[in-house]
Amino acid sequence: MSAKLTAQQHLELYYFMQLNRQLEERLVRLFRQNRIVGGVYSSLGQEAVSIGTSYALEPRDWLAPMIRNIGALLVKGFKPRDIFTQHMAKYTSPTHGKDGTSHFGDLRTRHVVSPISMLGDLIPVMAGVAMAGRYLGQKIVAMTWIGDGGSSTGAFHEGLNFAATQRAPFVLVLENNQWAYSTPVSRQVPLKNLADRARAYGIESRIVDGNDVVAVYETSKAAVEECRAGRGPILIEVKTMRMKGHAQHDPAEYVPKEMFDYWKAQDPIARYERFLTEHQLWDAAKKSEIDARIERELDEDQKFAEESPMPPPEIVEQGVYCEGCHTIEADWQRPKKEVTPPASSAKAAWLVKDFGGLQAAQTPKPSAPVSGNVRQPAAETVAPAERAAGLETAVPLRVPFGRGPKDKAFVRETEEQAKEARGRKHFHKGGQQHKAPGKAPHGKRGKR
Amino acid sequence: MAEITMLEAIREALFEEMERDPAVVTLGEDIGVYGGAFKATEGLLAKFGPERVIDTPISETAIVGAACGMSYLGLRPVAEMQFIDFIACCFNQVTNFVAKSHYRWGAPVPMVLRGPSGGGVHGGPFHSANPEMYFVHTPGLKVIYPSTAYDAKGLLKSAIRDNNPVLFFEHKFLYRRVKEEVPKTDYTVPIGKAVVRREGRNLTILSYAASTLTSLDAAAALAKEGIEAEVIDLRTLLPLDRATILASVKKTNRLLVVHEDTRTGGIAGEIAAIVCEEAFYDLDAPIARVTGLDTPVPYAPTLEAAFLPSVEKVAGAARELAKY
Repeated sequence: MSAKLTAQQHLELYYFMQLNRQLEERLVRLFRQNRIVGGVYSSLGQEAVSIGTSYALEPRDWLAPMIRNIGALLVKGFKPRDIFTQHMAKYTSPTHGKDGTSHFGDLRTRHVVSPISMLGDLIPVMAGVAMAGRYLGQKIVAMTWIGDGGSSTGAFHEGLNFAATQRAPFVLVLENNQWAYSTPVSRQVPLKNLADRARAYGIESRIVDGNDVVAVYETSKAAVEECRAGRGPILIEVKTMRMKGHAQHDPAEYVPKEMFDYWKAQDPIARYERFLTEHQLWDAAKKSEIDARIERELDEDQKFAEESPMPPPEIVEQGVYCEGCHTIEADWQRPKKEVTPPASSAKAAWLVKDFGGLQAAQTPKPSAPVSGNVRQPAAETVAPAERAAGLETAVPLRVPFGRGPKDKAFVRETEEQAKEARGRKHFHKGGQQHKAPGKAPHGKRGKR
Repeated sequence: MAEITMLEAIREALFEEMERDPAVVTLGEDIGVYGGAFKATEGLLAKFGPERVIDTPISETAIVGAACGMSYLGLRPVAEMQFIDFIACCFNQVTNFVAKSHYRWGAPVPMVLRGPSGGGVHGGPFHSANPEMYFVHTPGLKVIYPSTAYDAKGLLKSAIRDNNPVLFFEHKFLYRRVKEEVPKTDYTVPIGKAVVRREGRNLTILSYAASTLTSLDAAAALAKEGIEAEVIDLRTLLPLDRATILASVKKTNRLLVVHEDTRTGGIAGEIAAIVCEEAFYDLDAPIARVTGLDTPVPYAPTLEAAFLPSVEKVAGAARELAKY
C-alpha cells in the first residue's frame, strides 16, 4: 500500500474510479437510447488519471477538467446528477442547459473552472488562477489537464511559458492517451516522451504510468507540494490509452487491435482491484458494499436527471452579463497593505544576470551543442540579497533599450545611479560591457 | 485645474483605481519597466510593484487567459494589448473563453482589455486597425471607445469596476491630441450612454472615437452654411444607447453615421437597421454613412488619408442629406 494514503483513502480511490466508469457506462447506454443531447466522450481506461491527479489536491486548490476528466469533478465534490443533467441538457444541470458535458464549474466552493472545447486555453487561465492565488496569499495550487494532441496548440506554449516565467504554483497533467481523435501521438509530437517539452520552459517534469492510480497519486501529490512550496510549475506526463473512440459516434477502427489488447491488460481498475486484494485493504464483502453504494447513487441520480425538465425557452437571453447577480470579492489571506504603496513600491529596473552572451549557454546541462568562442561568465554585478528579491525586478542593473533622451524617468534614474557611485556595470545595445564608476553613460544610451 | 491629454487621463485612471482597490492588477507586454509602448502605464511599476504590474512574454493568449483566471479569484485585471491589432492573436481566448463564461456557467470575468487602436498615425496595416466590430458581435463583452480625456478616465474607471469583460479601445490619434481639464476627484462615466456633443436640428451625425472630432469639425463648417448638425458621440458600442440615437433621429429626421472602421459590417449598418425598425417614418432622407474604406489601413499618408473619413467627406454627405 502507499505510505501516503490511509486504508480508507485507498478505498476512496477505488470508489471514485469505479463511480467514474459506471457513470460513463450509463451515459453510453443513455446515448444509445437517444437521451443524451450531444456527445459522450468516454474516459474508459483513463480513470486512474482523473482520480489519481485530482485526489492529490486539497479542497482550497483549483482545477479545471478537460472533457475526459469527469472523475476529477467527482473527486472535487460534484455529484453524478450534475454529470447526467449536463449531458441531458436539463434545467437542473449546473449550467441550466446552457452548456453540456463537463463544461461547468464552481468558483465559490469547489474551485473548479469550466473547460471550453478549444484545447489548451485552460493552461493560461489556470496559470492566472495560480498567480492570483499567490498574490492573495492563499497558498493554493492550480491544476489542469491537456492531451497529447492539445499539447500542439499555441495556447499550450503561451500558457506554460508564461506560468514558467512567473514560477506559478501550477501543475499541468499531460494526459498522453496515444490518440488525438484519429491521429496517433507520433503525428502530433516528434518526441518519445512528451514530458521533454518541459525542458523548453525550464521547468521540472515527471513521467508516470497512467494506469497505476497509486503511482499517479503519489507523483501528483509530490508535484502539488513542490508547487505549493514555490518550485512550480511542474509538467506530469501520464502515459495511458483512450480505450474508446474520440466520442460515441467514433468506432476507432483506426486503432490497431493489438494496441487495444495491450492496454486492456493494463486496465487501471482491474489492476487496482488486484492491488487492494494483495495488500489486504479490502475483502469481497467490502467491494460489494462499495459497488452497491455506487449502483444506488447512480440509480438515484439518473432518475433525478431523467425526471428533470428541459430549460424553459424564456431563460435563453438571461445571464449573458453579470448585472449585479454576483458580488465579486477576493479572499485576501495576506495584508492588503503589502501590495499597496508605499510597501509595494519597487525600483523600475531589470536584473540581467548574465549578458546573454555565449557563456549563458554554459549551464550545467547544455541543451544543444555550443560552438564558437565561449568566454568566461562576467563577474557577478548584483548582490545576492538583491538577486533573491522579488520577481527579479527592483534591482540596480538597468537595460536602457528604447528609452529616448527625453525620458525624464531614465535621466532621473541615471543621475541617481551616478550619485551612488557604486561602480555598477551598464549594458548597451551592442552587447558590450561598460564600466560606469562615477558617471552615467548619457552619450552611449541605446536609441529606439 | 490643468489640462491633461487623453493618455494622461488613462494613466490617472489606472493609478487611482490601483490605489483605491488592491484587487486591480495590470499585465501586458512592456508595461512595467518601460511603461508601455505609449507610456500609458509609466510609473505604475515603481508605485505598485512587480506583483501588480506584470511584464509578460509576447503571448497575447497568455495575457488574456491569465487575466481571466485572475478574475475568477476576484481580482480585477487590466490587460494591455500593445497595439489593439494584436488582439487577433487571442481572439479565441476573448470570444470563446472570456465572453461566454458568465452565460455558460455563471462565472463573471471582471477584466478590462485595453489598447491603442485606430489610424491616422501612419501605422500601416498592422498598427492602425479598428477591430471593435468583431467584439460588438460577441455577446458577453462590453465595448467602449471614448473620444475625450474626461470620458477616457471616467469610462476606464467604470470598466474596471464593472463585473463583465470590457474592451477599452484607445484611439492613438487622440492620445496626445485631445486635451482638457479633468477633475482630480473620483468620478465615473456610465457605460452604455451616448452623449450629444453639439446640438442641432437639421440632421444627426452619429460617431465615436477620432471620427467624433472629424464630425464636430464638419458640423462647425456646416453651421456657416446654415446647416445645424447634431453630433452624437456613442462612447460605448456595446451595449448601444438606442434611446439617445432614436431621440435625436426623431428630432432631426436625417441620419449620417460616421466611423473610421471599415464599411461592411461596421456599426453604421447596425444603427441603420435599428433606425429603420424603430423610426422609419420619422426619416425624411435615406440613412447615409461615411466610413473607412473596405481595405486594410494603408501605410502611405496619401493612401491613408484616402482611406479615412475626412471633414470634407462628412460635410459633403451632410449637405446631400440636408437637401431632402
